[in-house]
Amino acid sequence: MTVWDNAQRARDSRLQAGARYAQGKRVARQDATALLEAVIQPGDRVCLEGDNQKQADLLAVALAAVDSGKIHDLHMVQSGVVLPEHLDVFEKGIAKRLDYAYSGPQSQRIARLLFGGQIELGAVHTYLELFARYYVDLTPQVALIAAVSADREGNLYTGPNTEDTPAIVEATAFKNGIVVAQVNAIVDKLPRVDIPGDWVNFVIESDKPFYVEPLFTRDPAAITQTQILTAMLAIKGIYAPYGVQRLNHGIGFNTAAIELLLPTYAERLGLKGQIATHWALNPHPTLIPAIESGWVKQIHSFGSEVGMDDYIRARPDIYFTGPDGSLRSNRAFSQVAGLYACDMFIGATLQIDLQGNSSTVTADRVTGFGGAPNMGSDARGRRHPSKPWLQAGKEADPDSPAPLRRGRKLVVQIGETFGGKNAPLFVENLDALKLAGKLDLDLAPVMVYGDDVTHIVTEEGIANLLLCRDKDEREHAIRGVAGYTDVGRGRDTKLVQRLRERGAIQRPEDLGIDPLDADRDLLAARSIKDLVRWSGGLYSPPSKFRNW
Amino acid sequence: MEQLNYRHVAAKRANGSKAQALVGVVASGNLEVLVERTLPDGECEVDIRTADEGFGKLWQAVVADFVERRSPGGLKLSINDGGARPDMIALRLAQAVRAVEGERS
Amino acid sequence: MSATLMDAWYEASARQRLSGLLDEDSFMEFIGPEQRETSPHLSLFNLPEQFDDGMIVGRGRLNGAPVLIAAQEGRFMGGAFGEVHGAKLTGLLRAARGIASMPVLILFDTGGVRLQEANAGELAIAEIMRALIQARLAGVPVIGLIGGRAGCYGGGGLIAACCSALAVSEQGRIGVSGPEVIETNRGVKEFNASDRVLVWRTMGGKHRLLMGGAEIFSDDSMASFREAARYLIAHAPAMTTATLEAEQSRLEQRIARFGGFEDSLEIWRSMGADDAKAIPGLTYQEFVVLADMLEEPRHDAR
Repeated sequence: MTVWDNAQRARDSRLQAGARYAQGKRVARQDATALLEAVIQPGDRVCLEGDNQKQADLLAVALAAVDSGKIHDLHMVQSGVVLPEHLDVFEKGIAKRLDYAYSGPQSQRIARLLFGGQIELGAVHTYLELFARYYVDLTPQVALIAAVSADREGNLYTGPNTEDTPAIVEATAFKNGIVVAQVNAIVDKLPRVDIPGDWVNFVIESDKPFYVEPLFTRDPAAITQTQILTAMLAIKGIYAPYGVQRLNHGIGFNTAAIELLLPTYAERLGLKGQIATHWALNPHPTLIPAIESGWVKQIHSFGSEVGMDDYIRARPDIYFTGPDGSLRSNRAFSQVAGLYACDMFIGATLQIDLQGNSSTVTADRVTGFGGAPNMGSDARGRRHPSKPWLQAGKEADPDSPAPLRRGRKLVVQIGETFGGKNAPLFVENLDALKLAGKLDLDLAPVMVYGDDVTHIVTEEGIANLLLCRDKDEREHAIRGVAGYTDVGRGRDTKLVQRLRERGAIQRPEDLGIDPLDADRDLLAARSIKDLVRWSGGLYSPPSKFRNW
Repeated sequence: MEQLNYRHVAAKRANGSKAQALVGVVASGNLEVLVERTLPDGECEVDIRTADEGFGKLWQAVVADFVERRSPGGLKLSINDGGARPDMIALRLAQAVRAVEGERS
Repeated sequence: MSATLMDAWYEASARQRLSGLLDEDSFMEFIGPEQRETSPHLSLFNLPEQFDDGMIVGRGRLNGAPVLIAAQEGRFMGGAFGEVHGAKLTGLLRAARGIASMPVLILFDTGGVRLQEANAGELAIAEIMRALIQARLAGVPVIGLIGGRAGCYGGGGLIAACCSALAVSEQGRIGVSGPEVIETNRGVKEFNASDRVLVWRTMGGKHRLLMGGAEIFSDDSMASFREAARYLIAHAPAMTTATLEAEQSRLEQRIARFGGFEDSLEIWRSMGADDAKAIPGLTYQEFVVLADMLEEPRHDAR
């Protein structure tokens, strides 16, 4: 006779094994490692919350300390490989296989472990893709998560950095998995309930707050004139003519410059209310001046940002906040918002090839994708129209009958022709191809595919790939904005001129922009201190950004 | 250190009457340009000192485009380079001409 | 909302500060960049030179009155003193002594001595200090303005301490050993250089003002530094034995009062500040009001 509740029985016996360390749901932090040894089985799929920002650091340390004789061959499924302990488990033989999305801080070490064979790579995903697989074929048996506080019943408050937790916990809890939460404090009454106690099995109170990476703060003092020029081009050459109201900004100095140019340059162009009103965006401090100047209707966030809590609390008309007043973020829903509810993504990258494929991968660093490929892709399942979407669709395909012609999401890559260490942005062959060879991957890690990219903005101008009819035109539109890089100098000047006449390439002067006017004077805030002032003292920047 | 020098014919004399101007600072990713009105109207010269060796072709292209766009006749531009990228170089050259032509720099 | 780029001191280059501080079109440079008096040492290290070697000297007018002036470019070699850089300031101060009727303004923005020119730089510091004191003895006020990215460290801090008076902004810092040097030599527990709040609390403009290490607290603007300069020139104390003895006594009292404390917060509390932790976050206006109430008695000791 077939047994249909194996997983349930297994879960019950794991809970029983863990119960000896628990009083109710509560486990002392000294017993964290012993608890994990009790509830985890060799070969398990374990999700350790390494979100983009929030890290379940106590649980990461506890997991890295288990006896590899008892716990081994784990399959780690997690958004971010961020802490050293996330890789220690592989070096110690505790974990064997990995499926993940982002590894920025550990990009060099993870590359070494991948090349050296200590990690068996499942695949590198985007966040949303990984969350999706938690519900299909990568469901965690054990989830190790982080929350701000818990009550005696195990209800959790995840607060501003809620991030990935709901997506992780729902998949785990409803498929007979075990959920272990580390919390900063156990309290009598939570500010609000983000995760119901029914879904949580064990709670460990940590001796210090979980670590949060400050990722989305860009110092206005570091924004260069060239970045300001690209921002002016983007605003006048893309935001304005398409009328982009719903959007996502990738993090970077070019987009920070755009945010700081809204109350000044874009205001002078009469664009307030017509662009940049509804956002899927983390709480970028550089958007504060635009919010204070009345540009922004609302923002949904993937996560939070260090120092922004009080400002967010004071602006509930703008941000998603709970009845307790603090932010509620949700990476899964923000990713979906970026895919289906935004008309434009704009972000930076490290390399672009002649087809417009872009990548942030270099031969000795593996950073993963994070969420960019979601944001930077055309969502073909979209059905509702909007002006920018339809306009882009028409540019891409002017000949089809309008009722059968779907729109296109604007996917913009922005950057200077030469990046850090004078490395060219434009290359004939992406380093990602080399990496694919080294790691024997089916696909080269491309962040945004050329056929999704609609525009490329550099200091030399804007390439509108929607208006390019074939591969050749596309290649030369790219070469036409590639400046003095080898790719740029390899241009066919006649073809580039024809593309310019057609508007497929626009130079600053075609848009009435003088590069000498790209002055830091245009920035609504020129320093972190300015941002603090704009926020009325509510924004409290982390120490590394202070000069007072 | 590498020393590069380019002499060009300029379409017309740079406007204004200021004898010299200075823009920029020698720092990482930056450069200074000292511009002096010391040459005949139809000539211009760009003299470069840089610690980043081997980029002669790049400088040549940037300078050639600059001369064509801005017609800096009569000007000698002397550069101390701190490892600036082409976009910064082009910007400073344009700022230098504007400064010596007497406009806001 | 905030001051325009034209006004901000911290962000400005040395030349922009000269232009913003002095009366319009009044600045006349000595040994200008066209003279190409560059460092004889840097090319040995494959480092680029700057035509003015990061030190601009000359004369101008401040509210109509003639002044001699020097400004350091903090972004070139960290504003550090090299042979030529130092010699230009020495020469200016010697000229000031000879002329005797024009005050000197020094716009500091320096990390100290250039490592690549170590001996020449150290000599320059000594020569500058001597020339500065001699100028002061001849009755010339020498006023230091501090508010740039590099702060005023090392030999620059020593020179600043010889000035008649100093004006400092919130972003400005004054010290001798820099934060990283202290951490390297004494350990991170003694001084965590990456704790920028600690750095500014210990060496920044607000603390220097409260301790009596600077006379005037400026806002981060040309206008504010201009007013500070004007005031300090008008009120510069004479350089006499009495002045030096008063300074000695003042410093002795400072050690007696504050020497046992571990942190500036304790010092501020001992001065009577109700909410010491709030001081770094106070706006310019708020801080000036507080400082007036707390400030230890000003000695004409410099």
